[in-house]
Amino acid sequence: MMMAEPRPLTASPAASLRPVYQIERLSKTYARNMLTALTDVNLTLHKGEFVSVVGSSGCGKSTLLKIMSGLMPPTKGRVVLEGKPVTGTRADIGMMFQQATLLPWKTTVENIVLPIEIRQGRAAARAAIPRALELLTLVGLGDFAHVYPGELSGGMAQRASICRMLIANPAVLLLDEPFSALDELTRDFMNMELQRICAEQQSTAFLVTHSLAEAVILSDRILVMKPRPGRIVEEIAIDLPRPRTLDMVNTPRFGQYVAHIRELLGKEAFQ
Amino acid sequence: MTDAPDHGTDTVWVEHVALIDRIPRWLAMLGLAAVVLLIWDLATARTGWVSPIILPSPKETLDELVMVGTNLLSGGYMLGALWTTTRTVFWAFLLSALIGFSLGVLVGETKFGERAVMPYLVAIDTMPKIAFAPLFIAWLGFDIASKVALATFIATFPIIVSTAAGLYAASENERMLFKAMGASRWQTLVRLKLPNGLPYIFTGLKIASVGVMAGVITGEFLGGGKGFGALIRESASMLDTPRVFSLILYLSLLGLALFFAVAWVQRRLVFWNKGDRPGGVG
Repeated sequence: MMMAEPRPLTASPAASLRPVYQIERLSKTYARNMLTALTDVNLTLHKGEFVSVVGSSGCGKSTLLKIMSGLMPPTKGRVVLEGKPVTGTRADIGMMFQQATLLPWKTTVENIVLPIEIRQGRAAARAAIPRALELLTLVGLGDFAHVYPGELSGGMAQRASICRMLIANPAVLLLDEPFSALDELTRDFMNMELQRICAEQQSTAFLVTHSLAEAVILSDRILVMKPRPGRIVEEIAIDLPRPRTLDMVNTPRFGQYVAHIRELLGKEAFQ
Repeated sequence: MTDAPDHGTDTVWVEHVALIDRIPRWLAMLGLAAVVLLIWDLATARTGWVSPIILPSPKETLDELVMVGTNLLSGGYMLGALWTTTRTVFWAFLLSALIGFSLGVLVGETKFGERAVMPYLVAIDTMPKIAFAPLFIAWLGFDIASKVALATFIATFPIIVSTAAGLYAASENERMLFKAMGASRWQTLVRLKLPNGLPYIFTGLKIASVGVMAGVITGEFLGGGKGFGALIRESASMLDTPRVFSLILYLSLLGLALFFAVAWVQRRLVFWNKGDRPGGVG
């Protein structure tokens, strides 16, 4: 049986920055079927860092994201955001899903202030509308603030959901395959938009994805996960210059990163 | 003469369109009505195949329609009967909407409702509800209360079922979004599940609007009173078939009015639900 030879971890370029999200010795066991979804996960996100996790289906990356977002409790370990343990969903955690999930009976801008409305009431939501309009301009949807989501395309709807994620100025962005439902051209474009927005907002972001190319083009670091039990097998620092461009996909260096990750994951598939 | 394709001309050909697709809808409807009227007229007035007691001729029915219409417009006793039936329908619809919605939320939102209440509702729903008419009359008398009760009893169940289905209809993504935003159960119900379930609830209300009409008229047949149902029964017992026909036609206008009132409110309230929802919820 071949195991991926663990490479020495490259020091992250952002390692000197302030840690935002810290996870230590995290394990998750589902009591019902004694399934170990995650074991001994250690992970630190630094301020302004973009980290992705890749892995095959069932490697526990969704479980990890659910625990990080406070939707699910861990079985063991420490999960700490901005010095405070995560014991439930929080206003300073921004989330984005595969589907834009905009409420069709609210206008785009009303959808964006929805998290404020839920947590702080209607008055606070009204007060947040200027900020929401700013965010819409940031993602290039300035003219669509007062239309209903039924009139937005898939890519536009996801841009609106980026704004909804950013409205409460979250400390960390958790992205659950955010663009995987879009067509490939839109998706490439949205990834570049995401990079620009994260840079402008100095966001700390954590992306779960199936696409190796997407992970490489966006990330400062990539965590490679393997299943049974779910664990991080390798951490790869991506030192491609920023800002990244779509042209970099054609560089040998980019190809090496993708090939390396594919090899890591490919071996696992035959075990 | 060669087999070489000629590159000069466009490839133009005519797609065959069926005759019915080329006729406008109003013309098709009008045509069908004309055919039915013609056969009706032939079978009754022209040939006398069908006895006038069983089926009056179109002419007799039209005369009777005008007669009943005049009586209604001049504020005669028929208008009084129609008013009685309208009030009965109104109260029955309001009550079934309130009860149906409340029970629907109980069943759709709470485990208690789903596990303990729903089985009883299903059991009651399978009963032939019209069989309860004599009981309602015994309990509530011959006035409109017994008719309201019967019609409410019949019309409530579709609203319960559709309300509960509407609450279940929120997608997994939407629920997760609300959970991630820290929404309370009440907020999730009021801001997500109820608006999301409105199209379902209105479907239930439309079914109920038909059920209420049936319930009220059944009640008036069986329990007397001063409504339209009693008029129809009297006319039928006197073998006045043209009168029965025209009364039913006017009665159906009441049912249509209720149905379209519900549809109108739905269009105003559920403005976003025009077919699919591309940019919205997947």
